[in-house]
Amino acid sequence: MRNEPRRRADYLGLREALGDRLLPVLVAAMSFLAALAMAGALASATLAARWQGDAASQLTIQVPQPTAPDASSKTSRLDSVLAALKAMPNVADEQVMSPKDVTALISPWLGADPAQLGLPLPGVISARWVDTAPPDALAPTLDKLSPGTLVQTGALWASRVAALTTSLQACAAAILIIVALVAAAVVAVATRSGLAQRRETITLIHALGALDDDIAGRFAARITLLAFAGAAAGAVLALPVLAWLGALAAPFAGPAQINDVFNLPPALMFALPGLPVIAAAIGWGTAQLTVRGWLRSLP
Amino acid sequence: MVKFEDVWLKYRHPARQGDAAAEALRGISFEIPEGGFRWLIGPSGAGKTSLLKLIYLAEHPEKGRIDILGTEAAKISRRDAALLRRRIGVVYQDFRLLPQLSAYDNVALPMRLARRNETQIHADVTEILRWVGLETRLHARPDELSGGEQQRIAIARAVVARPKLLVADEPTGNLDDEQAHRLMHLITALNRLGTTVVVATHNMGLVEKWPAPRLTIEHGKLTHAE
Repeated sequence: MRNEPRRRADYLGLREALGDRLLPVLVAAMSFLAALAMAGALASATLAARWQGDAASQLTIQVPQPTAPDASSKTSRLDSVLAALKAMPNVADEQVMSPKDVTALISPWLGADPAQLGLPLPGVISARWVDTAPPDALAPTLDKLSPGTLVQTGALWASRVAALTTSLQACAAAILIIVALVAAAVVAVATRSGLAQRRETITLIHALGALDDDIAGRFAARITLLAFAGAAAGAVLALPVLAWLGALAAPFAGPAQINDVFNLPPALMFALPGLPVIAAAIGWGTAQLTVRGWLRSLP
Repeated sequence: MVKFEDVWLKYRHPARQGDAAAEALRGISFEIPEGGFRWLIGPSGAGKTSLLKLIYLAEHPEKGRIDILGTEAAKISRRDAALLRRRIGVVYQDFRLLPQLSAYDNVALPMRLARRNETQIHADVTEILRWVGLETRLHARPDELSGGEQQRIAIARAVVARPKLLVADEPTGNLDDEQAHRLMHLITALNRLGTTVVVATHNMGLVEKWPAPRLTIEHGKLTHAE
């Protein structure tokens, strides 16, 4: 049997030069932040979709002089409008608000007893628009039955919620970009530190005929492993925090929007495992660029 | 074959800019035919190591043309330069062994970089370590070896891949007479097998004992070429 020494594959000594502590810890922190930012973006999108749907479909119809006869003089204006709404297939959940509810609604502006002011109060009907087309023709139709009838929709609120969601997602995207850039900078600094520590070794193996591909590949392989491990740890550590935040937000989300186990949007459960892969890709690319750039200084 | 035509070398060290001493080599021209042997002699600081660095492609000349093993050095890609370096064995003055590797792994390094198979590596490395008298020190790291042993490991690493060109910078500096003679036997044996050899040395006794054409360099200029 031959007395063959065990082969030392790590001839660059990268296990020592690129230690297994600082870089993974920093990448784990970046991954943790990225997980929170992704969760924020996905949760805001999920909640906003629900809120936008609710707000946009809400209808409030004000009928002036509700007890006066309608255009046909057969019934009251309020009953006439209500009957017309019930007959429409794209309107649902029609409900006449009681005078007490109407008084409560306008009390912030007119006080607790607006009847004392002698102002005529309109009849108010709440309903839900269940069509994808906007309810543009609704107001003219009701106005013919009861002149002066006003139809208000939640479209304004829906547009405000959409703007808020867009800004939240833009913030999350900015955070993700910054996190990716910081991660790349951390990898570049770690790689340069490794290059500085192994300058003599690299210069020697370059002189012995090592290709730039070989040297950059060895650095990139080590960095990729460390970045993947760090990002995986960060994503795992983020899970309980995300589950806690998900539990806080659960009352605002519909039951179909959350995952049964962690109260998280299903899209996030698919995105989280992607973090280590993205971190590994950033690590590999940054290490390759950094090492190849450094090797250019050698003849 | 090694051919220099009016080669100038100037080190681009910021602290030495404008200093005449930064011009390491001036107008060097010589030719060593394939399979030739040359002693490179001259006083310390004359430019011997700089000239050797140009031969093993560790420096680019300021101007002039260098052909190494039939290839014009200035016209090859980085990849081809790396492949050309694999055909050149170098013995450095300061050994330049990798401290984290064993003697065996240090010697095996050029073959592993060339992606030779481990069976061949094992055969060649153990043979060459036996030849330099270090077959019992396979597992020793450089800091566990004496200066002479380190130099023998460096020599073994330079010749293990049977280079077409061997460049040695003071290879006998840390060796006793017996080891120096064994080394010269090895080098001349390689030379007889067709390896072109350039050996820089101060040791005129060695030069006298192993007669061969000389390149003499002084103050960066070649004063004598045979």
